[in-house]
Amino acid sequence: MLTTKFDPLKDKMLQVLDPKGKVVDAKLEPKIDDETLIKMYETMLLGRTADTKALQYQRQGRMLTYAPIKGQEAAQVGVAAALGKEDWFVPAFREMAALLYKGAPLKQLYLYWYGNEEGNHFDPDLKILPISVPIASQINHAAGIAYASKIQKKEEVTVAYVGDGGTSHGEFHEGVNFGAVFNLPMITVIQNNQFAISTPRSVQSKAKNLATKAVGYGIPGIVVDGNDPLAMYIATVEARERALKGDGPTLIEAVTYRLGPHTTSDDPTIYRDEKDFKDAETKDPLIRFKQYLIDKKLWSDEKDEEKIKEFTDYSNKIFKEVEETGLVDLDDVFDYQYETLPPHIEEQRQRAKERGGK
Amino acid sequence: MAVMTILGAINHTLDQQMEKDDSIVLLGEDVGFEGGVFRVTKGLQQKYGKDRSIDTPLAEAAIIGSSIGMAMNGLKPISEMQFSGFMFDGYNQLVSHAARMRNRTRGTYNLPMVVRMPYGGGIRALEHHSESLEVLFAHIPGLKLVIPSTPYDAKGLLASAIADPDPVIFFEPKRLYRAFKQEVPEKDYKVEIGKARVVQKGDDITVVAWGALMPEAIKAIKLLEDQDISVELIDLRTIAPWDRKTVVESVKKTGRFLVVHEAYTSFGPGAEMISVINEQAFLYLEAPPTRLGGADITIPLPKGEHHFIITPEQIADKIKDVVKF
Ligand SMILES: Cc1ncc(C[n+]2csc(CCOP(=O)(O)OP(=O)(O)O)c2C)c(N)n1
Repeated sequence: MLTTKFDPLKDKMLQVLDPKGKVVDAKLEPKIDDETLIKMYETMLLGRTADTKALQYQRQGRMLTYAPIKGQEAAQVGVAAALGKEDWFVPAFREMAALLYKGAPLKQLYLYWYGNEEGNHFDPDLKILPISVPIASQINHAAGIAYASKIQKKEEVTVAYVGDGGTSHGEFHEGVNFGAVFNLPMITVIQNNQFAISTPRSVQSKAKNLATKAVGYGIPGIVVDGNDPLAMYIATVEARERALKGDGPTLIEAVTYRLGPHTTSDDPTIYRDEKDFKDAETKDPLIRFKQYLIDKKLWSDEKDEEKIKEFTDYSNKIFKEVEETGLVDLDDVFDYQYETLPPHIEEQRQRAKERGGK
Repeated sequence: MAVMTILGAINHTLDQQMEKDDSIVLLGEDVGFEGGVFRVTKGLQQKYGKDRSIDTPLAEAAIIGSSIGMAMNGLKPISEMQFSGFMFDGYNQLVSHAARMRNRTRGTYNLPMVVRMPYGGGIRALEHHSESLEVLFAHIPGLKLVIPSTPYDAKGLLASAIADPDPVIFFEPKRLYRAFKQEVPEKDYKVEIGKARVVQKGDDITVVAWGALMPEAIKAIKLLEDQDISVELIDLRTIAPWDRKTVVESVKKTGRFLVVHEAYTSFGPGAEMISVINEQAFLYLEAPPTRLGGADITIPLPKGEHHFIITPEQIADKIKDVVKF
């Protein structure tokens, strides 16, 4: 078991690919078919490109506050690739690449950050929960979904995401503990990107690593190189098998680094150590995964450039659609409050219309 | 005198009070090193050290709960909820303990603590960043709630909140943080909690507003300039306990009442005020006392927020309706 071999109490970290894309231990290398490997990389690249574009749109005053994922693509795609279509995905708010892999259309992800509720209106077959802004609260939803899977004997696993800051929150404890007590088919992934806005990881916990928290809940935990998609993949595969066998939840800490600002309203140069940042750039998940695919003759630099151009055009096209259709109608802000709108709120809607609201 | 924004006045007041009183500590998410996401506490950790300007773990129950302990043991904590929409995990501590400690311990422990939080819409923010949750605090016995609308009041009310022996919730109208500047005296002064300010005298209608809606109410009155309607405008400044005397006296004079708030209409702050006016000024009324509040819908994300935000035109129309009743 990976979770015993890479014991978080001994501060071990699971890694398959080193920052240069070389396999560190051939026994750990997963057998993933070529098509899936390419899909994983392409999704990371689309995530990166769409992220870069979103920042640009924001700087041009066309997009609202946006939370970038740069540097965290492997921590997301490695997990999403190990899931089945039947599995649930419970995001925090910085998981665009995982959502893309799970099948969420870029248009919706953009719509959300454009300030339109339609961005959370996912096709239910995707089994994606809406973006959850109140930190860590979503873990309890994941526990409830997993509880329902268990007693209804549905063969499915629920994955919840949370940040390193989120692990300090009461709701993190309550949700992970609930999953553990009822032995639920649930995986909690901590994206440890080293910061909660300006607050460094060291302020959140005195523990050496965050996966050790699993010990207190009586469940397996593991620290994974979150910039290594293959390590994230195998850790998730194992956790998922355990969950489906009825052996309960797993806590995965993905060690990564937020290469961008917290959101577009943030200036990370105020608080981050530039040496750490430069070092983190050399551990960029895209660099290592690209090299791995090139070594496997599945990719090339030319192909990379071609794809970046394709994804840039695609992002531009999608964002243009968003801008053309992204305003929210008056009816939209009333229609989803209740199944049946109480009469006094219906009156408020009518009055807003009389005032010329559309 | 120095010219300051609301944000600048809050920063200046925290500085002035911390300088004067070693027992004051600041705590919250990102408040220390970077001075908060809005930079309200900027420079204070650098000046007063990490022990007195604390970057906490991301945990609102810990922030408010530990503030209670600090206040019981000789400190005067001023905590920050990054946005009022994120106070819910700390709300248990506020309602279950902060509001009750004095009563529970028969006065042995009072809690000189302030909880600051930016509130309100209109800044094109993400979900949970735009709510106006006055009533969730005003409804709770044992808590006070103040909301400045000007730099001058921000300083005076914050100084009073810090000096107050009981827990005070200090709402900051983030839409106005940097919206305008005003001359603010350098000297330490207070604006009394529970005292409204008559912004403009008038005879035909009493309009009550506060915080981020004050400038909108003032604009509304400008829109009515050629209408021959004389408006008495009151900035409530404290929501709990609100200045019934000033408002009721005003309504007795004008015979008409309109309260404007961004908080949801149903069970909103206006409902309480209208009840009191009915109880205390009924025989003076020329028109039903009226409220203009936010629609009873989840405040929309920015691309739909204009359906929710209260405009000066709406306020002006409502004033006309009440006067012409
Ligand atoms: C309960 C709650 N408190 C405060 C906030 C404001 N806030 C938004 S993101 C954030 C930091 C989150 O840090 P982390 O959990 O590490 O995730 P990251 O942003 O790094 O992905 C904070 C404090 C919030 N969204 N929810």
